[in-house]
Amino acid sequence: MKGYAGKFLEVDLSSGNIRETRISEDVLRQYIGGRGLASKILWDRLGNRWSEVDPLGPENILLVLTGPLTGFAPGGRICVSGKSPQSNGIVGSTVGGEFPIDLRCAGYDGIIFTGKSEKPVYLLIKDSDIELKDASHVWGKGAKETVLTLVKEARKEFESRYRGRGLLKESSMLYIGPAGERLCRAAAVLAKWSHAAGYGGYGAVMGSKGLKAILAKGTGPLPEVHDAEKTMECINRIIKASLSAEFFRRWGTGSGGYAVGAETSSEPIMNWQEEWHDEKSFGVDKFEPFWVKKFWGDYGCATTCLKLAVINFGPFKGSITDNPDYENQAYLGPNLGIFKPEGNIYLTALIDELGFCGIQAGNLLAFAAELYQRGILTREDLGGIELNWGDAKAFSDLLKMIIERRGIGDVLAEGTYRAALKISKMKGVDVTKYAVTSKGIAIGAHGIRSEKDYPHYVSYPCSVQGGDHTSVAYIPLDHGNSELNSILYDSGVVCWFNFFSKEAQEALWGLMEAVTGWKITPDEWFNVMSRRILNIQRAVLLLGGPDLRWDPRIHDDVPQRWYEPLSRGPYSGKAVDKTRIEESVKEYYRAAGWDERGIPTTEELKRLGLDDVDKKLEEIRRALS
Amino acid sequence: MSETNLIWIYRDYQRCSGCRRCEVVCSIKHEGKIWPEASRVRVFMLIPGIEVPHLCSQCHDYPCVEACPVGALSASKETGAVLVDREKCIACGRCIDACPGKIPYIHPTDNYAVICDLCGGDPECVKACSEGGWNALQLVRGSAGYNAKLYARTPEEITRDLARVIYGEEIAEEI
Repeated sequence: MKGYAGKFLEVDLSSGNIRETRISEDVLRQYIGGRGLASKILWDRLGNRWSEVDPLGPENILLVLTGPLTGFAPGGRICVSGKSPQSNGIVGSTVGGEFPIDLRCAGYDGIIFTGKSEKPVYLLIKDSDIELKDASHVWGKGAKETVLTLVKEARKEFESRYRGRGLLKESSMLYIGPAGERLCRAAAVLAKWSHAAGYGGYGAVMGSKGLKAILAKGTGPLPEVHDAEKTMECINRIIKASLSAEFFRRWGTGSGGYAVGAETSSEPIMNWQEEWHDEKSFGVDKFEPFWVKKFWGDYGCATTCLKLAVINFGPFKGSITDNPDYENQAYLGPNLGIFKPEGNIYLTALIDELGFCGIQAGNLLAFAAELYQRGILTREDLGGIELNWGDAKAFSDLLKMIIERRGIGDVLAEGTYRAALKISKMKGVDVTKYAVTSKGIAIGAHGIRSEKDYPHYVSYPCSVQGGDHTSVAYIPLDHGNSELNSILYDSGVVCWFNFFSKEAQEALWGLMEAVTGWKITPDEWFNVMSRRILNIQRAVLLLGGPDLRWDPRIHDDVPQRWYEPLSRGPYSGKAVDKTRIEESVKEYYRAAGWDERGIPTTEELKRLGLDDVDKKLEEIRRALS
Repeated sequence: MSETNLIWIYRDYQRCSGCRRCEVVCSIKHEGKIWPEASRVRVFMLIPGIEVPHLCSQCHDYPCVEACPVGALSASKETGAVLVDREKCIACGRCIDACPGKIPYIHPTDNYAVICDLCGGDPECVKACSEGGWNALQLVRGSAGYNAKLYARTPEEITRDLARVIYGEEIAEEI
């Protein structure tokens, strides 16, 4: 088997037992890795009792999976998955960094965590020398201190254990901050200072298992490939294409903070009450003074679109984060009424430090602020905080309340959608209309009312990853922006940002064959392989539970907010057309092989060899009849 | 010694993007595969954001060559690079001890010291770095002389200096 280390680690956190496990070539050929393989593993192990599994209970499984292209395709990434505490489905959530490279060089393609540790632990991997270690001293600590402490600790440990062979490079790590430890559903799994697998809420899953961090040092080569020469040829083609993306290399997605608001009118402003702004203070030139590093990338990346931002003076001194990228700029900037880069960098750095996802947390903070604006949440409810738009300090105080699960913070720790349900009950008014989410997951910072951004009508209602802006539904399903394409990148596991060009996209198919030796055609991928993964993700989303389930008739929809017309900017007056949404959703169902209720049909599931999924969905067909 | 061919790789740490393409091309050239821990240039990242490309700096007095008990190390007359005779090397680690920057290391699977050989005069790492426009690694024609040895410092020392500039004293003290 080429392109794979061939082994996975299975760690039972309840007993502390660690063993190696293998996955058959047949399964890997069908599901590749990352998000695809996560769907397969989760379905096989939890599918039968999916609705009963508590995502934050010991029975959930936390998966950390690479793909065969990880390390070969420019820009190392890893996929984190499990039953999501946000959607109760499966989300493939990816994060960049060197951890996946170290893991594969240590001889493993991924890690399967089960159970729950009684005391906080971290997993330390040095090739096949693996142990669970006490993490009590870093439990409760923020990102920076956790990274500094554990990397140093591992370095000292390896120095004493492997004397005489010279310096070993530092270990790479994945970890959580206090948000994950306190089971906040908006918590991310972090890498480096500030990289995050945000969608899905897997930081909370890690926290529920008492797992603070995973550190790896691998000293071997990346796995053997099928055709080394072809592999290098494809890598070089992708690099060449990436290097020519001068605009993107210069500013990354960070250029969107001004442009998206001003031009396409699809940026969240004050909890999506608006989507247009022309604040030139939010242009890249205003962020540049804080970018101490203009090009920052992960393993093998040619694009290096990240920037390292540091504030070294003024009231927000000490803030460290990457970029912020467009999503963090939007959600922790205009979405909170903040139009000064300093405030935005400060909040982004704080989100990283506490271990939140910037999108989920930014959505949540703005939701709370709108309730304060409308007088539904009072200063008293908020423990004395005056949660005014634009006040970065007030938002940071609220984040701390959430971490401590103090007062309303305890409710907000459940994420925007669940908090909306609770607050509606508490206050006796429907506040779910202010929750801009899909399937319990905050919508990415790309609105659809202007129809000028890339997501379209079915994108969020039909995505199996809910509000995820990187994996959106599209018609036709083999469209370059469709989520079947995202499934390819997330299963590969590669960074989407090196594959914007046609040249690089074409080279990816060649790379897959050169690395694995498998001839996977786009036709097979779009009509069979990705459909299996899509349908498993759709099935578990429908099964849901135990606290929430999704009814496609209600929940395959855009957020209610988007039916309100925009009131400013060039697209003023535009709103989402309900009839068109209903028609588009039905059209997507037909294209995806789902029935008129949005349930995958028996015919389609049998065609894909998913007979067991079909059998299990009988209960949903009965419930929705 | 033909002085005209001597070369030296200058490192501008603050420009390093951390992309590690230098490691990729180096290990492909020397090992035939992508192998980060067997690269002659290794990028250390003791704290995120500060990436330190660590490679031989060709000290004027070559303490590693001096320390080798079996004569496995020599300085190339053509390029100035330290050359390791794999057959002779006994992986005793004396070159590592002698190096002020602890730059040599023992190959992950084989028993010989790994040291940058400048690819015989046309270093792949420099090409990859300049192709990307990062220019953290640049080719300097001629010998760096006594200055070369000043660059032979441990990743910890270099990181501490850079952290002071980028993040401030507080984080630098944590290295």
